[in-house]
Amino acid sequence: MKSVWKFTLALVITMTLAACQTTQKAEPEPEPEPPPTTDVDTSGAPDPHDYTDSRNFDNPESLLSKRVIYFDFDKSTVRPEYRGIVSAHAAYAASHSSARVTLEGHADERGTREYNLGLGERRGNAVSGLMSAQGSRGSQLTVVSYGEERPTCRVSDDECWSLNRRVEVVYTAR
Amino acid sequence: MKVTDNVKKLILIFISILAFQAAEAQLEIEIISGNPGALPIAIVPFQWLEADPGPTTSADEIISGDLYRSGLFKPMAVEDMAERPVEEEGIRFGTWRLLKVDYIVIGKVRSPTDGQGHELVYQLFDVHTQELLLSRVTTVGPGDLRFGAHRVADAIYEKLTGVPGAFSTRIAYITATGLGNNQRFELVVADADGFGPQSIVGSPEPLLSPAWSPDGRKLAYVSFEQGNSAIYMQDVSTGARELISSGKGINGAPSFSPDGKRMALTLSRTGNPEINIRDMATGRTQQITQHWSIDTEPVWSPDGRHVYFTSDRGGRPQIYRVAPSGGTPERVTLEGDYNARASVSPDGRKIAVAQGRGNEYRIAVWDIETERFTVLTPGKLDESPSFAPNGSMILYATKEGGRGVLSAVSADGNVRQRLILSEGDVREPAWSPVIR
Repeated sequence: MKSVWKFTLALVITMTLAACQTTQKAEPEPEPEPPPTTDVDTSGAPDPHDYTDSRNFDNPESLLSKRVIYFDFDKSTVRPEYRGIVSAHAAYAASHSSARVTLEGHADERGTREYNLGLGERRGNAVSGLMSAQGSRGSQLTVVSYGEERPTCRVSDDECWSLNRRVEVVYTAR
Repeated sequence: MKVTDNVKKLILIFISILAFQAAEAQLEIEIISGNPGALPIAIVPFQWLEADPGPTTSADEIISGDLYRSGLFKPMAVEDMAERPVEEEGIRFGTWRLLKVDYIVIGKVRSPTDGQGHELVYQLFDVHTQELLLSRVTTVGPGDLRFGAHRVADAIYEKLTGVPGAFSTRIAYITATGLGNNQRFELVVADADGFGPQSIVGSPEPLLSPAWSPDGRKLAYVSFEQGNSAIYMQDVSTGARELISSGKGINGAPSFSPDGKRMALTLSRTGNPEINIRDMATGRTQQITQHWSIDTEPVWSPDGRHVYFTSDRGGRPQIYRVAPSGGTPERVTLEGDYNARASVSPDGRKIAVAQGRGNEYRIAVWDIETERFTVLTPGKLDESPSFAPNGSMILYATKEGGRGVLSAVSADGNVRQRLILSEGDVREPAWSPVIR
């Protein structure tokens, strides 16, 4: 009687194991886990409008990735279409007290070199003033004027000149 | 800190040595438009009496070249000379009259009795009256034969025009070669005829605004080598230099006072560019303008009573002047949309400016007394005028075929010449004072 119980138990175990094996074979192969990529942050994609997020410096969707502000001839007013870029950097600097920004002012080749140094500085100051008004500290911002000495484009025409009249926002610390 | 400074100094010295070699690039001078009224003159080849073989370019060629470039003379080609007299007795004035020459210069080069250097012995005659106008011996040190020839040209020029010559002077200018991160800037000093260019500063960062001291021994300039504009003053022959100003903001546009004791400069430490006067002995600096506008490019009147400067306080850039002690600036240029970077004539009566109209910039001269402009150059991007120390010519920077070149125009606008460097851009010429 005892041996019958033993046999039955052995049979049930064997059958169960066989059934399990069958079940496993019937199931489809699971999808391989995606290889982990270093760029993916577990906290999710950056919100391009979150200008306190340093990941937006490299996010082409975000204004924080744009670091050149262009000007009209002999003018230092920040045009409305560039206000957003300035605000984005102002917000970043305001939220990161260790951030340091150099605002490099540039002019086109027309006019005299020293006057253009003044004009480049005036443009840098215009951006610096807007950023300060939006919370950046004065100690975070440095204006350096290069005048017409560092052109990005060297052709004497309107298109090239418009590219050279600019302020470059350069982070020396983020 | 000390170590860093020394390393920086070493790097700069190394850069300068490299630059020295690169400066082999010669300035080539050509006359673009001549003067039909130029005086015909014959500079007969000078007899070489020294023991050593003569130089490749003879003194008479240098003298002819100088007089030709002034635009006021038409020197005769040596091959057209029927005779080449060395002594007064050998001159047959009738022959030279037939050759339609008004003046004749004869001479020789010999060693002084002590054997050191050169003596240029020469005479200038009026061919028509046969009058001896000038008879001189000009003595120069070893290696200064070219300088001696320029001195002779200065004397001939003065005798025949009534204005001292400026051929034995020098010019300083900035060159820029390469693009992007390979850009190189050099401050170069050369003879007024473009000969013997020597780089005295080289840097990968911008250099600008060279200004001579009144004794012609020093140059002040602006360098971005520390990441922002800074003013340095450098001894041209020894290379020793001194940092003059490197405060927050712009440190620019240095200009020595006529007595060399003070320097006008532009500083923007207050937040926008203002004219300042620095006492060179004490280093004390006084701000003499006070306005939210751009005030820059100060330059002294020859009598030291005024500082002319560019300001856009009236809306657009114009030339103003103020006493070096400060006070209320007075507007000087009264016509035009854009007048900037004044150079004052040696007699103090005129100022040359870069004048902008639309996209075109030309060199124009404002007569302070008659309050009239005369436009001297064709444009389109002419700037940085610099009067010759005798007021006869104005050196300026322009652009041709996308390259920066230097040009010179006679003060009356009749003669123009072009100085081209073999490569890169040339800009911001500064004509030295007369070196005695």
